[in-house]
Amino acid sequence: MDNVKLMQGNEACVEGAIKAGMRFFAGYPITPSTEIAELSAQKLPRYGGRFIQMEDEIASMAAIIGASLTGLKAMTATSGPGFSLKQENIGYASMAEVPCVVVNVQRGGPSTGLPTSPSQGDVMQARWGTHGDHGIIAFSPSSVRETFDITIAAFNYSEKYRVPVILLMDETVAHLREKVELPTDEEINIYNRIEPSNIKQEDFKAYRVRKGNTVPTMTPFGGKYRYHVTGLAHDETGFPTNNKEEAEKLIERLVYKLEKNIDDISLYEEYRLDDAELAIISYGGTARSAKSAIDCLREQGIKVGLFRPITIWPFMENKVIQLGKKFKKILVVEMNLGQYVLEVERVASKYCDIFRYGRVNGKLIHPDEIISKVKEVYKNA
Amino acid sequence: MPNQLIKKYFRMDKLPHIWCPGCGHGIIMHSVIRAIDNLGLDKNNVCIVSGIGCSSRAPGYLDFNTLHTTHGRALAFATGIKMANPNLDVIVLTGDGDSSAIGGNHLIHAARRNIDITTIVFNNNIYGMTGGQYSPTTATGDKGTTAPYGNIDRAFDLCDLAKGAGSTYVGRATVYHPNVITKLTEEGIKNKGFSFIEAVSICPTYYGRKNRKGTSVDMMDYLKTTSINVKSLSEKEKWNNIEKIVIGELYNMPASEYTEKYQNIIDIFEKQSGNMSR
Repeated sequence: MDNVKLMQGNEACVEGAIKAGMRFFAGYPITPSTEIAELSAQKLPRYGGRFIQMEDEIASMAAIIGASLTGLKAMTATSGPGFSLKQENIGYASMAEVPCVVVNVQRGGPSTGLPTSPSQGDVMQARWGTHGDHGIIAFSPSSVRETFDITIAAFNYSEKYRVPVILLMDETVAHLREKVELPTDEEINIYNRIEPSNIKQEDFKAYRVRKGNTVPTMTPFGGKYRYHVTGLAHDETGFPTNNKEEAEKLIERLVYKLEKNIDDISLYEEYRLDDAELAIISYGGTARSAKSAIDCLREQGIKVGLFRPITIWPFMENKVIQLGKKFKKILVVEMNLGQYVLEVERVASKYCDIFRYGRVNGKLIHPDEIISKVKEVYKNA
Repeated sequence: MPNQLIKKYFRMDKLPHIWCPGCGHGIIMHSVIRAIDNLGLDKNNVCIVSGIGCSSRAPGYLDFNTLHTTHGRALAFATGIKMANPNLDVIVLTGDGDSSAIGGNHLIHAARRNIDITTIVFNNNIYGMTGGQYSPTTATGDKGTTAPYGNIDRAFDLCDLAKGAGSTYVGRATVYHPNVITKLTEEGIKNKGFSFIEAVSICPTYYGRKNRKGTSVDMMDYLKTTSINVKSLSEKEKWNNIEKIVIGELYNMPASEYTEKYQNIIDIFEKQSGNMSR
């Protein structure tokens, strides 16, 4: 029974990260993410890993990129305003294709907002917070056990696609304590970055993408090859270029390396959706309320089901189009005034009616509210 | 000799560099390379990090592990690199704006931690790459494109700043004194801790022209006549002489280094558990 534990989401995140191979954490304390830094500080040296509390969130993001370039799996954790500060270097990690995991335990905003209250207000910031066109992966877990699993997945996808992965938590799950049964090591899959081999230093091109691949291999600083890394548009040698074709090729690859592999990256759950007449789309902590609302509504004879995206970005366009074609009505429930729903509307509004329910007062959405919203949607049919 | 150094340490296909004619930055880059050569550092083990600006183009020309980061963040990236792999020789090449304006916070905290990084600031007293705006080291009264009526800011003394923040090795030289830059860089790299070297440079294109400082030769001549070796000053004058550019080794007081202190923590657990799962 060693693997059965009572833990909170933030704790599960650190446990998962260490299992995934995290050996470096840099951060700056901010509520409600602090336990992640505290536990990392406590645990990492026990595994030969390193923790550093940097002077601010910008520096923390920079430090994990530096650490990742030396070959360590690296993570940082923050909340709303800190996430805004990290955006500059999240863009750098995207451009230079440096794997890393950025946890954002969302809190009410804008600005310093509602520090200890739950929110799902950073859905769009996770996608478009940094400037320019780029791909990004963001996951949102709904339970403590899932936080463990998805943190491991975040590291794996980050290494596989050489992209910063955002773990979009919310305070509801981060501070929730649940009994969890952790998987055994045999049940966990770990992905490690692929190193180049059999190339001479003179022929080595750090950003060369071999035919049939979308992601270059990666070697650590101090390893087999010397090379240059920059946040400027660069060619396959890694050196800056102003060549328009080269720049376009690079930026398109940064976007399409994820878009093309969306089936691999798409994680979701369907709950009582098969015979449903109305679909609710909800994620993170809010999806828990949605599930319980669905159970109540089913008892009253109203057939409702849930589609719960775990992968928030890249957006599961085809999946949502299918839902739009299957259901006459979709209700999107989220702790904001409409962010994920914009994407649902973009792809599915020509097939069905889309309704939204959200609020931003720092209280999580109660199942009763969802029940009344569903009934209202039915009435307006 | 310089030719051999170029072949050994430069990425020949990245030359010529983009610096303006008369710029002092090439002298600093060469001085740093001579220090690396004198110490016999392993190219594969050296990591050179820069931010953004004229100075920060240097790593692109140099054949090491090189990282060109975001503006002001070189020391934060370098801290991650050094902390993650303390075996690497980490050298930061940065500018006055990069290190002390946007990167001021990172500078004081890298110094405070005494992490083993050697920082060389290419100080040309101006933002060159963006076209001549005033920097935190532009003298009061001098002009820049954003100080058309004369700069009213007070200038940082970067060495004072670095010492105050906790650097364990501090030195200053000018591009008129390349041998001094080399010597200070060597000592800085040898110092197990945070080392800070200010290399006073010249920008004839933006600073010189705007402030009627003459040609680059005139500006070099100014550095020559305005510099004074620290050895000829009393301890008090060393930190208070504002009329002159005080050059040489200003501070050398080794203290326990950051990554070594962290290694001590790791060692405690390694001893405790013996063969621990990694």
